[in-house]
Amino acid sequence: METERTENTRMMTENFSLFYGSFKALNNITIKIPANRITAFIGPSGCGKSTLLRSFNRMNDLIPGVITTGAVFLDGGDVAREDVVQLRKKVGMVFQRPNPFPKSIFDNVAYGPRLHGTKNRSDLAVLVEKSLKRAALWEEVRDDLHKSGMSLSGGQQQRLCIARAIAIEPEVILMDEPASALDPVATLKIEELMNELKKNYTIAIVTHNMQQAGRVSDYTAFMLTDEKRAGNLIEIGPTKQIFTTPSDSRTEDYISGRFG
Amino acid sequence: MNRRNLTQNTAFGVFWLTGAIAVLIMVFVVGYVMVKGLPGITTEFFTTSPRGGLSGEGGIYSTIVTTFYMIIVTLTFAAPLGIGAAIYLTEYSSGTDNKAICKLVSIAGFGVEILAGVPSIIFGLFGYALFVSALNMGFSILSASLAGACLIIPVIIRTTEEALKSVPAGYREGSLALGANRWETTWKVVLPAALRGISTGILLSAGRIVSETAIFFVTLGGSYRVPHSLMSGGRTMALHVYYLAMETRAFDKAMSTAAVLVAMIIIMNLTINTITSRISVKQR
Repeated sequence: METERTENTRMMTENFSLFYGSFKALNNITIKIPANRITAFIGPSGCGKSTLLRSFNRMNDLIPGVITTGAVFLDGGDVAREDVVQLRKKVGMVFQRPNPFPKSIFDNVAYGPRLHGTKNRSDLAVLVEKSLKRAALWEEVRDDLHKSGMSLSGGQQQRLCIARAIAIEPEVILMDEPASALDPVATLKIEELMNELKKNYTIAIVTHNMQQAGRVSDYTAFMLTDEKRAGNLIEIGPTKQIFTTPSDSRTEDYISGRFG
Repeated sequence: MNRRNLTQNTAFGVFWLTGAIAVLIMVFVVGYVMVKGLPGITTEFFTTSPRGGLSGEGGIYSTIVTTFYMIIVTLTFAAPLGIGAAIYLTEYSSGTDNKAICKLVSIAGFGVEILAGVPSIIFGLFGYALFVSALNMGFSILSASLAGACLIIPVIIRTTEEALKSVPAGYREGSLALGANRWETTWKVVLPAALRGISTGILLSAGRIVSETAIFFVTLGGSYRVPHSLMSGGRTMALHVYYLAMETRAFDKAMSTAAVLVAMIIIMNLTINTITSRISVKQR
């Protein structure tokens, strides 16, 4: 716990609850996401990990009937008060299924920068190259930038989506089970990439794969539903500690595979 | 095992037969029209207008002009309205929990369903009462196009809705997560991805205009002269086939016109297929 106190907090929630209509999906969650670290969210299906992740860039706004209480902060500012376009420019997201647009590789990466005002072709070219390099995809596609993003393999598509997300220079990248649709080799590449990316970005990842959480993350948060099926945060701590000496017995049961 | 194989083979045989019959019917109809119609088709047939009267002499020049006129004017009215309504219904109204809007959308959806099933002559009567008489537009391309637009707007709304709904939700999420608003997402990602489906719907509607007779019988007037403005009356090729068959002795001319009509519809289909498959190859 000593190390956690010295970390800079990039994002946090405070007494944050989320309701789908009358159903409470997240119960009173207070959590800090340290800057330039990888924080993994683990827990059984339906425990609200993805819902919590999607609260950081307000993707839940799109679902009719969602009500929240408490607050989510980015660099100390309440995200609910921020313009959602600006918020999502700062908090990027990578989804479970690779979702490149049916456009060329170049246009996929240039999509975000174009939205946010970069029109100059040579500026865009520089940005696209830089982003693809950071996403460890440049060497594989440098001669095929005009080809459709859909023509790539699943793992390449996911790295393209990561390149697309970092092209708008976000501060935080949210990853919602980014490797669950990929084969082991592609998964390994994404994990290596995440380790590179944390130098420049804060990463929050939802994963159902505990080994993955153990391999890539600096911090691990364990979530579980209570008797009313609302998601609760059980504990968060340095990954090593959560996996060896968790403070809550439920975490230990889950980690050791006794349920979930 | 033998018995199961026998059942399987019988079922397969029956389905093969029904498939073959369906194809044969089409081949027979198209073939009959072509065999009867093609001999009468000369260059002159395309370049001269019908002369009128009981003999049914003359070509089909003015009816081709009217047909294209009708397609263009009707789609000009119907396509933006239909596509716009479909975009609202699928892309915008879904993100709200406003009760009034939800109610409105479900009523609109129901209305579209009903309208799509209304016989075309009803739209014809409506067009006659409103555009031709009440609004004093007379028998004209304008009246007929407006009535035709009413007929095809539900078709365009439905096909566009289907096309938009078939665009994976991941595209929208991906775009919104990059800080695009709903309109940017719709314009830059969803519409391009749905283009093939939307243009198929537009083609279907154009096909409706080409093949429709009842609705134009009571709104377009039936003049066999070349239309010179939106206020001119006219007759489309399909309408001309009807007039020739029912009111003249020139049944062979009706067949020739029908052959041109069928050829035109085939060409339209092939064209749009080529265009849309090129688009989707580029996207893939």
